[in-house]
Amino acid sequence: MSAREEVTETADAASEQRTADTAESAGRAEVRRHLLLSTPALIVLFSAASGPLLIMLVYSFLSAGPYGGVEWKISLDGWFNVLLQRDIFDESLSIADAHISILWRSVKLSLLTTLTAFVLGFPTAYFIATRPQKSRNLWLFFITIPFWTNLLIRTFAIMEVIRNKGVINTILTSLGLIEEPIQMLYTDFAVMVGMTYVYLPLMVLPIYASMEKLDFRLVEAGYDLYATRFKVLRRIIVPLVKPGIVAGSILVFIPALGAYVTPRILGGGKNMMLGNLIGLQFGQGRNWPLGSALALTLLALVMVALLVYVRSATKSGDGHG
Amino acid sequence: MAEGAQDSESGAATSGAVAIETRDVTKLFGSGETEIRALDGVSLTIRENEFFTLLGPSGCGKTTLLRLIAGFDHPTKGQILLHGQPIGHLPPYQRPVNTVFQNYALFPHMTVAENIGFGLEMLGKPRSEIKATVAQMLRLVKMEALASRRTDQISGGQQQRVALARALAPHPQVLLLDEPLSALDYKLRKEMQIELKRLQHETGITFVFVTHDQEEALTMSDRVAVFNQGRVLQVGPPHEIYDHPCERFVADFIGDTNFLKAEVLAADGQRAKLRLASGAEISAALPENIDADGQVTIAVRPERAVLCPQGKTALLHGELHNIVYCGTDTHYHLTLPDGGPFMARVQNTRSGQALFGLGEKVGIAIEPEAIQVLRD
Repeated sequence: MSAREEVTETADAASEQRTADTAESAGRAEVRRHLLLSTPALIVLFSAASGPLLIMLVYSFLSAGPYGGVEWKISLDGWFNVLLQRDIFDESLSIADAHISILWRSVKLSLLTTLTAFVLGFPTAYFIATRPQKSRNLWLFFITIPFWTNLLIRTFAIMEVIRNKGVINTILTSLGLIEEPIQMLYTDFAVMVGMTYVYLPLMVLPIYASMEKLDFRLVEAGYDLYATRFKVLRRIIVPLVKPGIVAGSILVFIPALGAYVTPRILGGGKNMMLGNLIGLQFGQGRNWPLGSALALTLLALVMVALLVYVRSATKSGDGHG
Repeated sequence: MAEGAQDSESGAATSGAVAIETRDVTKLFGSGETEIRALDGVSLTIRENEFFTLLGPSGCGKTTLLRLIAGFDHPTKGQILLHGQPIGHLPPYQRPVNTVFQNYALFPHMTVAENIGFGLEMLGKPRSEIKATVAQMLRLVKMEALASRRTDQISGGQQQRVALARALAPHPQVLLLDEPLSALDYKLRKEMQIELKRLQHETGITFVFVTHDQEEALTMSDRVAVFNQGRVLQVGPPHEIYDHPCERFVADFIGDTNFLKAEVLAADGQRAKLRLASGAEISAALPENIDADGQVTIAVRPERAVLCPQGKTALLHGELHNIVYCGTDTHYHLTLPDGGPFMARVQNTRSGQALFGLGEKVGIAIEPEAIQVLRD
């Protein structure tokens, strides 16, 4: 009988709980279905993003194989060589000057590129946003045209313009303004010009998107309250399109920091950037662990830059998404 | 009235100097076939310390005129003078004129206090003065408690007050208000109407107020200019605009009006003897510049018509076909013998049944002073 009582008791308890349980299990089924539906996305995310990253992380802690590849022997040499180098003869440690200067050049050129793209891109976005609704799409179309051509070809085009016997130097010489051609190709300047050209649309488009949402009556209100054109720009327009400026700067800075093709072609051999250094390690350098460690260093740099930028952007202008 | 007061002194006789004068201002938008004549030869004189209202339906040009005074647009033709000085060529930030925008246009990235202080800051006033004026303005619009709030954290009515305070803070010579109350609900609007009058009185600033709401115009203004299709039809104090509209549009736009056709029997320049369609004859005052010949239209306000039993002193008679009880008064809708409608408004001085029943034939008595001959 006690057993029977127990059974009924549990049955009672169960029936009491049932209503709550059905709701809960329905909720759980919902979660399961969502998980199932998002599986393809998760697979893509893992295989395309976290997977390769994981491989790199592992490789960076292994030893370099003599003909490329890695040997499955744990070693910290990869990370060690990011900033340090061991003298071939006396094995003494010193700072890897070449790496430091490449790192510095990468950061410097990326910042300069971002700045130049902003200086050129902001007025462009403003110009497009203030056109009549109908013609805006045409202007945006013009902005995106360069995207249709291969990056390599665009870069060679720039090379054609700035090389010693290129368009600019030819014109300047024929006008008699200069005797000797100006050396522009294979300088930091060339790399910066190339990257600005390539990444400019990435600055213009997000700023335009913010600018398009800008209520131009606020601009009128600014003029009405004695703000000159420049003050309206600085105190009203720029703060209100800041989300676009932040997005544009991130979109330009990040790919610029890891650029490979542009510095390779326009910077020549001696004006390497991080991307080229990494490429070198996986190619002629035959030092995959160092390449992996450098790539992860680049990743860390980008993340730090992002964090700083986002933090500073949200502090002063939160709530204007 | 001020219409046609081309020289600045003539309109200034009664209350102080002229604040703003527009001389034959015309504004065209577009060109060729799509050309729009937003303003067509507008000449107005707005006096100092006056609450002046530009009234008209949407698209009549009143906001365009306000934008020309503010400096956001420039007139195609004509001149705008501020205290006798032409200002047409100045950019908005060099005009001692501030605007309260229809949507308030508060800066979303600044606090209430920063918004109010913006104009003073741009004028390069010292920090201490800005702080003091902002505090004073916050007190004036009763917003002290919300000074450090962001503008999207306050209600519509509060935003309205901030917009007012922001425009008043630099103490402009003229304050322009572009339908500032249209976004508020009825009760808040009523409150703000009183508030605006108080602010105008306390600050002594000339207010130029744009609205399409005739009631707002009548209750708040010292003078009203009625606009239609880019032209000023009539300028005058509210009671004059209401009692003596000079054109059919003005009579129709402001308040309810009955229009009747009449035949001019005799005119002597100031008064005319008219015969109504009903055959009744009456004498009425004539407005200026009217071509009193043949047929004219006359306007009678519903509250000036008195319903009476048929026969006696009635000028007209009609059949009651609808009675609308409105609380304070009752509207009697009648059909005249010629089929035209007529409405009479009778104040409900005591409670109870309507005076007349549906379908009843009643007489309509109208005093000669209640009849306004229109120019159209």
